[in-house]
Amino acid sequence: MTAGAGVSVVLAAWLVLTPGGWAQAPTTGSTPGTLTVFAAVSLTDAFQELARGLERQHPGLRVQFNFAGSQQLAVQLEQGARADLFASADRRWMAYAEGRGLVAGEPQLFARNRLVVIVPRSNPARIGRLEDLTRRGIKLVVAAEAVPAGKYSREALQNLAGAPGFPPDYARRVLANVVSEEENVRSVVAKVQLGEADAGMAYRSDVNRSAAPHLRVFDIPDEFNVLASYPVAVLKEARDPDAAHAFIRLLLSPAGQGVLQRHGLLPR
Amino acid sequence: MTSAAAHFRRLSLKELALRLVAALLGTFLLFLLGLPLLSLLVRVPIGELLDRLRDPIVVEALRLSLLTSAASTFAIMLLGLPVAYLLATAEFRGKRLLEVLVALPMVLPPTVAGVALLTAFGRTGLAGGVLGGLGVELPFSTLGVVVAQMFVAAPFFIGATRAGLAEVDRRYLDASATLRADPVRTFFRVMLPLALPSLLAGAAMGWARALGEFGATITFAGNMPGVTQTMPLAVYIALQTDVEAAITLSVVLLMVSLAVLLSVRLAPSGFTALGVRAGLSDR
Repeated sequence: MTAGAGVSVVLAAWLVLTPGGWAQAPTTGSTPGTLTVFAAVSLTDAFQELARGLERQHPGLRVQFNFAGSQQLAVQLEQGARADLFASADRRWMAYAEGRGLVAGEPQLFARNRLVVIVPRSNPARIGRLEDLTRRGIKLVVAAEAVPAGKYSREALQNLAGAPGFPPDYARRVLANVVSEEENVRSVVAKVQLGEADAGMAYRSDVNRSAAPHLRVFDIPDEFNVLASYPVAVLKEARDPDAAHAFIRLLLSPAGQGVLQRHGLLPR
Repeated sequence: MTSAAAHFRRLSLKELALRLVAALLGTFLLFLLGLPLLSLLVRVPIGELLDRLRDPIVVEALRLSLLTSAASTFAIMLLGLPVAYLLATAEFRGKRLLEVLVALPMVLPPTVAGVALLTAFGRTGLAGGVLGGLGVELPFSTLGVVVAQMFVAAPFFIGATRAGLAEVDRRYLDASATLRADPVRTFFRVMLPLALPSLLAGAAMGWARALGEFGATITFAGNMPGVTQTMPLAVYIALQTDVEAAITLSVVLLMVSLAVLLSVRLAPSGFTALGVRAGLSDR
């Protein structure tokens, strides 16, 4: 063995063995000056704009996000992922996090969201109104039931079943057309936007600037729609609770609420 | 003589040291590979495992996984063998390009493979119109799962089979030719039996890759229980809501993979003997 090879072997062993070396390098954890936010994927666009605002207000602060389905975020937190803030798309997964002692203080509602039905702009299945979703052979994509948007979608379909002009078995017939249960609501939008699905159910806020040109949106009347409620809370394990509270203050401020509304969310 | 012996001893001492270092470093990797598997096994009581095997979601996912991975492996063998044969025996224009093409899916992130499949075979994809005209719609269908698996798994079969075919001793082929066997007969009675162990190893690797396929499947074929939700997708979805269920499902998948890998590992020696005899005792 040459001296060079010996040195590199020792070096490699040192790198592997030394505590505080690679193994300790933070991956998703937060370092001082970094605010780590776990947020429902439907908040992506609004939160990114809010984060830029917060970073301008607090020079040196960096906001990093983990956007995913709320159910996935809650389980990740339960399994020990470290974050400062959790913003869920429904109360269910916030309650889950609270139940496991992950949340510090009281969660606060900061926004609401409406469900819409989206179809590709080319509208291959020629859907003209919500009643058409019962037509057999339509390829409908929804979020999985565990995903907040998936639960809301099924509730809204149930509500519509009682509406004038809708058959009583509306929900059952529409759900029979589901060809995929996506793991988050943005995947629903992607499948519709690509034209692979004939229709999908997503939040109004998911029809963002990049998706809007490719989609046609059908509103679900308010009296049958389900209003998604978004709670946010500081987490017990937060490394930077001050920054976390600053983010919540921004969310609740008129300026923050304005940003949320510009991205299709409703005021709290 | 003595100096040679001393030289030999010095060499083996160095060799010993090298092996010791290799073993030491190897232990870390062994730990990295072995511990996650072991911890999966100790985490799940056997009773719960058997209970879970009766869960309709698991039954459906397992059935779908076995069905689609068997179908894709069969299709890969059928369509991949000619490609491997050409690559092993022929020189032609564009061979390098073909080599890169059949190896590419191995280094491509599976999600990228899924997006690529959508842009090619999706309804609005390049070939989507033609497929639609034939009444074939791949996204959100079980056939779509098979296609995604074929895409990611084919390189494993083609690579191993090609190497096996290329290693067949030319003398056997020449002998076969002098006995007036035509090339087709030579291929099936001499070349193929001799390369059978490589072919089976390649098929097993391809099958394992197909069974584990996740990214391309969920991107291209979506997630629908009973239609496109294979075991890896079921594990992933379960992980978002019920971690214990996900762990149990993982153990089931681990067992199935282990069973197949073991049966293939133990089989080749038998197959080799069988293959050589079948191929060479004919005349």
